[in-house]
Amino acid sequence: MFKKILLAWDGSEHSVRAANKAIEIATCTKDSEVVVVYVKDTDKSKSEVLQNWNSIEITSPKEERIKHIDKLAKESNIHYKVELLHGEPGQAIVEYANKHKFDVVVVGSRGLNALQEMVLGSVSHKIAKRANCPVMIVK
Amino acid sequence: MGWKDAWLGNVKGDVLAGIVVALALIPEAIAFSIIAGVDPMVGLYASFVIAVVIAFVGGRPGMISGATGAMALLMIDLVAQHGLHYLLAATILTGILQIIFGLLKLAKYMKFIPRSVMVGFVNALAILIFTSQFQHFVDEGLEMYIMVVVALVIIYLLPFLTKVVPSPLVAIIVITIFALMTGSGVRTVGDMGALTKAFPTLLIPSIPLNFETLSIIFPYSIGLAVVGLVESLLTGAIVDDLTDTPSDKNVESRGQGIANIVTGFFGGMAGCAMIGQSVINVKSGGRGRLSSLISGIVLILLIVFLGDIVAQVPMAALVGVMFMVAIGTFDWNSIRTIRIVPVTDTIVMVVTVLTVVLTHDLAIGVLTGVILSAIFFVSKISRVKVKKIDKGSRVIYEFKGELFFASVTEVIQSFDYEIGNGQNVVLDLSESHLWDDSAVAAIDKIVLKFEEREVQVDIIGLNKSSSELIEKLSRKLSTH
Repeated sequence: MFKKILLAWDGSEHSVRAANKAIEIATCTKDSEVVVVYVKDTDKSKSEVLQNWNSIEITSPKEERIKHIDKLAKESNIHYKVELLHGEPGQAIVEYANKHKFDVVVVGSRGLNALQEMVLGSVSHKIAKRANCPVMIVK
Repeated sequence: MGWKDAWLGNVKGDVLAGIVVALALIPEAIAFSIIAGVDPMVGLYASFVIAVVIAFVGGRPGMISGATGAMALLMIDLVAQHGLHYLLAATILTGILQIIFGLLKLAKYMKFIPRSVMVGFVNALAILIFTSQFQHFVDEGLEMYIMVVVALVIIYLLPFLTKVVPSPLVAIIVITIFALMTGSGVRTVGDMGALTKAFPTLLIPSIPLNFETLSIIFPYSIGLAVVGLVESLLTGAIVDDLTDTPSDKNVESRGQGIANIVTGFFGGMAGCAMIGQSVINVKSGGRGRLSSLISGIVLILLIVFLGDIVAQVPMAALVGVMFMVAIGTFDWNSIRTIRIVPVTDTIVMVVTVLTVVLTHDLAIGVLTGVILSAIFFVSKISRVKVKKIDKGSRVIYEFKGELFFASVTEVIQSFDYEIGNGQNVVLDLSESHLWDDSAVAAIDKIVLKFEEREVQVDIIGLNKSSSELIEKLSRKLSTH
């Protein structure tokens, strides 16, 4: 039923729960594929680089972020790939989902930063409002 | 990325991003010139020349370089005391030093600058850019304050409506139109220095070529070279992160050097990579070398053809833009995480910031921060524990920790030589490491003290490098 599944990933607890649901959906349908989307927020890159200044050459933060989802997906034996997007998370995911015509978008109910959510509105809300396909918001 | 790909792999994105960056570069180049105390043209020529040259010789495609606040702040005294031509000479020397740094592959030593010093660096830079704007409020009335506030409101709120045009540019246009229509008397860019509507020309700085000149410009050049590379490599790492592509740091060092030499000969001030502009570039779709080239060319064309209009821009609008730059430069994350990072890290960060704010010199700030971190590190690892175990016929001393110049004094002072009659002594160094001549001398001293009392001493558990050191140095240090 749902063959092309987009999973919004930010490494948070909520996104882990969303990932489990996405995997569940994927295992229900033969030949389904999960595209794990991780958005790099251009506004946060500076603080991220500063935070990791002394370990930049050792591990890239990108690898750290996707290690967890890599493990989850491998264990469950589904088809998946990881895509990196740039920009404001909500907008970037909506654009990507609409452009590549997904069957469903799976997203956690909240992200990493509660304060930002209050000011800017939550990513999941934005996606639910503006994506052209069913959106599953995982509590 | 291959050479052709770096230039032509992303033409549309690079051209569009280049235009956006050019528009954002102009107000900053003017404002940084004013900070340095030179005519706006000096910063504008610098941003033009550096952006164009870096497009060809830089090591990080997608990164934007030009006249920057960090560099401008270092030049203030040189310009005030010796004038523009000494600044141009210092700029050329800065470039030469950076090329040498590049050839010596010094970029890898950037990791010796601790994270907390880097955070202090950007925070101090932000504070200095912010406070350097206060001079523009002197002798101005309420009008000035209102204009600055309106500029900030436009800069921060417009992006919620549209992101097609950069909001600082809209703020500048709106404030300029408002000032022209109301015939307001606030100071404008034109009041800060003449805007020459001409392309830069090759010129040799008119300075005496002697040792005295060198001794004047060298201290400035070394500071500029270091600060320029620190900010450029930080920016490079940010662009690496944003684009998930690696870059060549040593090529970048060399490229920054070449760009500074050329800009010095064309009447521009020393510059480096710009964090804010590079983020704008990547955000606007810029990835290749082309965007930097386009931004430089568009900038100079705008100045040459629209210089008269640029001269009408009120300083209030530029102050608004600089406040935005300062707020964007500050690492707010460092305030949020102040409770979870080690307290020594916070002290290093704060001391770095204070040093820079007091001296107005980012290079001194970085040096102070690095030294302070080193002191903290040394004191953290210089605690050596010596445990004394009485085993009847023998007394075993177990050393735990690093033995080196900073830790041996305490070990010697608190060493307990009291042993019973007829007992032998064993020094167990299996959980210790001897690092230098002081460590060997300290062990020698302990052994000698026991031998004076005719007690036999055995040393066990030395690791390989420690025993090699002992072999080389033992008993050779105390012979005068």
